[in-house]
Amino acid sequence: MSPRTAQIRLVSSHREVYEPCDDSFALVDALLADQANLLRHQPKLCLELGCGSGYVITSLALILGKEGHYIATDINPHAVRVTQETLEAHGVHAELINTNIASGLETRLAGLVDVIVVNPPYVPTPEDEVGREGIASAWAGGENGRAVIDKILPVADNLLSEKGWLYMVTLSENNPSEICLQMREKGYASRILVQRLTDEESLQIIKFWRDFDSQLEEKEMAENKTVPSRVMESLLSQFPRMPFLRGNNSNSS
Amino acid sequence: MRLLSHNMLSSNIKGVTNGFPLRIEAEKVVVKQVDLNVRFLKNMFPKIEWKALVEASRTMGYAELPEEVEPSKLDSRDFLQKFHHALLELVLEEGALVCPETGRRFPVSKGIPNMLLHEDEV
Repeated sequence: MSPRTAQIRLVSSHREVYEPCDDSFALVDALLADQANLLRHQPKLCLELGCGSGYVITSLALILGKEGHYIATDINPHAVRVTQETLEAHGVHAELINTNIASGLETRLAGLVDVIVVNPPYVPTPEDEVGREGIASAWAGGENGRAVIDKILPVADNLLSEKGWLYMVTLSENNPSEICLQMREKGYASRILVQRLTDEESLQIIKFWRDFDSQLEEKEMAENKTVPSRVMESLLSQFPRMPFLRGNNSNSS
Repeated sequence: MRLLSHNMLSSNIKGVTNGFPLRIEAEKVVVKQVDLNVRFLKNMFPKIEWKALVEASRTMGYAELPEEVEPSKLDSRDFLQKFHHALLELVLEEGALVCPETGRRFPVSKGIPNMLLHEDEV
């Protein structure tokens, strides 16, 4: 574990920018748990969608070192400024773009990104709260908290390279097993790296990667119009353990 | 904003079919030194739209990149140094990116491009 990431300082803040909280910490814990794999992976281009305070992209840059190139986006103009200050205070760099998800990058960056990290606005809210300006954009997720997640997933699929990995925060209310199944249909395997119960939330950090076996299954599913039973078993086996983790902060695998 | 980002950005306005490359309006350009990483440059080279990089770096006041280039150039330290400088060290601090099709300006302030669209552009 890199000692430097434990020392990320909140050097900058803004009343309209989401400050790092349990969900951000869980995502960084997942990246740290996967650090050895990430270092072997040697990602050239890394991207954070929705960088908020900059806690996660700064941590990723510190975990991976200066070998790669980092890009971070946020729809909130205050957030990209705060992220810039957080990065600078820790001596790392990411290119910042004030945009909605990856709008403007999707054509030229398609298939080039080796690592995407996302802590999406996952909180179930009325639909009309989605897409509001300011700090609400950091949490308002619409019905089941899925409004923005469901927009992010096809964008991530388009941007990820052949060896690309996606790390995403979900809430149990988002129906993560269904998300994994949807991604499976696009040819991705998935694994829960961290599960965490806080006072208010039950969070998962899920890693997705393109998987040759699942691409075969994708064909199988298309041909048979059914999900192979082994896929369902493998997905479901990851989820029902949640209640036993209460009081146990994380479960890295 | 580094020119690597410029090379990866297109106009995202609805209906625009020819949104790349964005024209640069440079008000303030700074040079920020970055460690040379040959492996990264060699990996990125095939992904770069060369003409867009040449044009952008010229607009930023750097005219050392050759118009035409082939992969064998990557064996030259002198070329790598120039490619590195244009791609990663030239920073557009203040200015704008202009959609080549519609002329819409995307402002760049404190090094950060604002690609947010108005409601009628989405």
